Amino acid sequence: MANDATQSIQDPATAGEDQYLTFILADEEYGVDILRVQEIKGWERPTPLPNTPDYIRGVINVRGMIVPIIDMRLRFGMEPLEYGPTTVVIMLRVISEDRERVMGIVVDAVSEVYSIGDDNLQPAPDFGTRIGIDFVRGLATVEEKMILVLDIDTLLGPGLIASEDAIREEQGA
Amino acid sequence: MSMDMSQFIEAFLEESFEGLDHMETELLALSEGDEETLHTIFRAAHSIKGGAGTFGFSAISEFTHGMETLLDRMRNGQQEATPEIVNLLLRAVDVLRGQLQAARDGGEADPAEAAEVRALIEATLGEDTPAPATGGGSDDAGSGNADGGDDGASGGWRIDFRPHADMLRTGNDPLRMFEVLEELGELTVSSQPDGLPETLEGYEPEASYLAWTLELRGDVERADIEEVFEWVEDECDLTIEPLETAGDSAGAQAPADPPPDGSGPESAPAGSEESAGGAPARTASKPTESSSMRVNAAKIDALIDMVGELVITQSMLTDISEQLEEDPSRVEQQIERLRSGLAELERNTRELQESVMGIRMVPIAQVFNRFPRLVHDLSGQLGKQIDLQMEGELTEIDKTVLEHLGDPLVHLVRNAIDHGIEMPDERSAAGKDPTGRVTLEAYHRGGNVVIEIRDDGRGMNSDRILEKARAAGLLRPDQTPEPHEILQYIFEPGLSTAEKLSDLSGRGVGMDVVKKNIRGLGGNIELHSEPGRGSRITIRLPLTLSIMDGQLLKIHDETFVIPLIAIVESLQTEPENVKQAFGKLPLYRLRDEYIPVVDLAALFGQAEPTPMPDRALLVVAEADNQRVALRVDDLLGQQQVVIKTLETNFRRVPGTAGATILGDGQVALILDVAGIARMAAGRDTRAA
Repeated sequence: MANDATQSIQDPATAGEDQYLTFILADEEYGVDILRVQEIKGWERPTPLPNTPDYIRGVINVRGMIVPIIDMRLRFGMEPLEYGPTTVVIMLRVISEDRERVMGIVVDAVSEVYSIGDDNLQPAPDFGTRIGIDFVRGLATVEEKMILVLDIDTLLGPGLIASEDAIREEQGA
Repeated sequence: MSMDMSQFIEAFLEESFEGLDHMETELLALSEGDEETLHTIFRAAHSIKGGAGTFGFSAISEFTHGMETLLDRMRNGQQEATPEIVNLLLRAVDVLRGQLQAARDGGEADPAEAAEVRALIEATLGEDTPAPATGGGSDDAGSGNADGGDDGASGGWRIDFRPHADMLRTGNDPLRMFEVLEELGELTVSSQPDGLPETLEGYEPEASYLAWTLELRGDVERADIEEVFEWVEDECDLTIEPLETAGDSAGAQAPADPPPDGSGPESAPAGSEESAGGAPARTASKPTESSSMRVNAAKIDALIDMVGELVITQSMLTDISEQLEEDPSRVEQQIERLRSGLAELERNTRELQESVMGIRMVPIAQVFNRFPRLVHDLSGQLGKQIDLQMEGELTEIDKTVLEHLGDPLVHLVRNAIDHGIEMPDERSAAGKDPTGRVTLEAYHRGGNVVIEIRDDGRGMNSDRILEKARAAGLLRPDQTPEPHEILQYIFEPGLSTAEKLSDLSGRGVGMDVVKKNIRGLGGNIELHSEPGRGSRITIRLPLTLSIMDGQLLKIHDETFVIPLIAIVESLQTEPENVKQAFGKLPLYRLRDEYIPVVDLAALFGQAEPTPMPDRALLVVAEADNQRVALRVDDLLGQQQVVIKTLETNFRRVPGTAGATILGDGQVALILDVAGIARMAAGRDTRAA
C-alpha cells in the first residue's frame, strides 16, 4: 500500500517543497508530513482505555510498544465508518515540548504522496464550525483536488491526550 | 574535549565511591597486623588520589594524600591500627565521600571538617616522624635553590611544568616524562587547563596549551627530576620546589576545583551535610539514582553467546523457508525441521530475556555494605555492644528496587539497635550474652527476594502497642486481636512505641513510611517478635519492578491483569451476603466486613452499569488498606507479565498501572487497585 503511494511522487525532493502523505476521510483528502509517518498498518482491534473520549479507540501493541489509536472520523465529528479491509492505521511520530510519542490514526484509506511547496499552501479559511482549525496548516490544490494539510503536533498534541481533569479528579478524590 | 572528560570523570567518581565503600568495609574489618587488608585499603586510597589528580580535583587528591601516607605507615608497621586511628580514617572516608559528592553534584563539601580531619591526620603523622624538613615555605625555591637541606631527604617535590606551545612538535611527549617520574616516587599529576584558548578560533591542533602541576613524593634527588626534563629545558617553563611539609597546609584546605566540564561547585551553604557526631553523612543526604551501572563482564559475555545462538537459529529458519520454496515435495520433512527450529528460537528468546533482565540485577551487598559502619557508629553512640551478622549478600535484586531499599533498611536496623538490643548490663542481668546480635539476611524464595532483619533484643511490647493502637483510635476498646496481629499495628501511621524519644528514633521515617516504601516496591513486610527473645522483620520484594506476577481476568470481554499480590481472595457470591446501600451501591458481606463491589466496565465508562446479580464471581483485592471486590466474568490463568507504561506514547490512565502484552500479542491493562478503590469511592452514587 505504501509502495503504491510512493510511485506517484510528482517532483521528488524539489527544494522548498515538502512531501505529504494523504489519506481519505469520507471522500475528503488530508495530508500529513511524510517524514512523520513511521509505518502504515492494517486495522486491528485495540484494547480500550478507561474513561477516554470515543475517538481514542484504545491501545495496540507495535513490536512491544504500547501505542494509542485515534479515530480521525470521530475526532472530526464525522459519521463513524465500519472498519473494513481498506481501513488503515497510520503510525505517526508526534513531537511535543517534552518528548516524542508514537500514535496511530485510523483513516478510511491511504491515498497518495504529493510534494507541495510552502507557497502553494493557502491559509485555512474560518470554517465557522465548532472544530478548531489551529491544526490545519493550510489548504493545497493538487490535480484540482483540495487537500487539507494537517499539523499533527497540534492535532495529536497534549490537548488531545490530556484529559488532565480526569487525573486530577481521581487524585483529589 | 569537555564532553569526553565528563565521561571519564563520571567513571572516576563511580569507581571512587566504590573504592570508598570498600575502604570503609575493610577498615571496619581491620584487625591488628592484617597486612592484606591494609594493602587493599591503601590501594583504594591510592587510586582515588591518582584519579583526583588527573581530573583536577586537587582538594581531593591533597586530602587523600595524607590518608595514603598514614595507611602506608600502617602497612609498613610504623603505625599501629588503634581504634582511634581507624575512627580517624573512617572520618576521613566521610570527608572524601562528601568531597566526591560535591564534585559530582556541584555544591561544596564541608571545608571545616576536611581541614580538621586533615590536621588530625597530619598531627598523627607528625607524632612519630623524624622532625619535618626545615624551611617549609621557602619562597625562593622557584629560582632553583639547591642548598643541601632541600636536596633529597624532604617529603618530595612540586613540579610546575608549563610546556611552550611548540614543545610537542619536537617529538617530546609529556606522558613519557611523567612515566619516568613515576618510577622515581609517588606521582600525583593535576593538569592546569587555564592556558587553553577560549574559542577554537586560532586553535592549533599541534600546539601544547596544557600545563601540569606534579607532586613527586619520596626520597628523590632534585637532579634526577631535572634529568627527566633535560630534553625540554628550553621548551618549557619549569619550576621544581620542595613540597610544603606537614602541618603548614592544614588550614588552607581549598574548596574543590571546578571540574573541567563546568559543573563546578555552586555556592551551597557550607556544612549543610552532617559531619561529626551524627549519623554518617550518607544517610542524611538524598539517595541519588545513578543513571549508569557497572555490569559484570561475564554477564555481557553470556549475552553475546546467546545472541550468537539466536543468529544461528535465524539462519536455520531462513534455510528451511528457502528449501520449502525450492522443493515443495518434501514439505513434511521441512515442517519437522521448522518445528524444531521454532522450539530452538523459543528457548533462545527465553534465555535472552532472562539474561537481559539479569543485567539489571545487582548483589544486595551494595546496600548491606553500609551497615557495618552504621552499627559501628551506633554502638559507640549508644554504648551498646553489637555483633552484626550478614548473610546472603550476593543475593541479586533489581537495581531500581535496590536503590529504594536503602532508607527503609537503615531505619529498621537502627530500630533494632536503638529499641531492640538492650544495654550490656541489662542483657547480662537477663542471662544473655552482653553483646547483642543483629542479623541481616537475604535470600531468594519463589520469585521473590526475602530480606530478614533479626535481633536478639528485648522484643516488642505487644501490650503497649495495643494500648497505643487503642489510643490512636485504630481499634475499638472491646476489640482484641490475635497477638501476631497486634504487632502489625506498629506499621500504622502515628504509632511510635519508643519509651523515650532518643536522638535516633526522633529522626527519620516511621515504620508506616517503611511499610509504604516496601509496598511501593510491590513488596510486603511482616513482623514477628517474642518478648525477651528478640524480633524478626521479614521483607518480601519482587525480583524486579518490570516483571510482575499477575492474575488474568475477563470482564466484559476484555482481559485485564491484576497484580497477584493485591488479591485477597476470589469467591462465588452467596445471595444472602449481597447487600445494597443508597439504592444502587452494592456491598458484599465477607465474614464481618462489608466490601464495596465494583462494576469495572461501568466504572471505566465502557458499558452501562448492570445490576448486581445474586450469584457472581468476585475478586477481593486490597491496596493502601482499602478493599474492593471486582465483579469478574471469568478468572483466567496466572502468569508473569512484563509491565509497560502507557505514558510513553500516551499518558497515565487513572485506574490502570500500565499495560502488558499477552501471548497472542494483544494489550491487556494492568489494574491499579488503589486507584480503582478511589475512583469507586469518588463516584459511588453514579457508577457502582
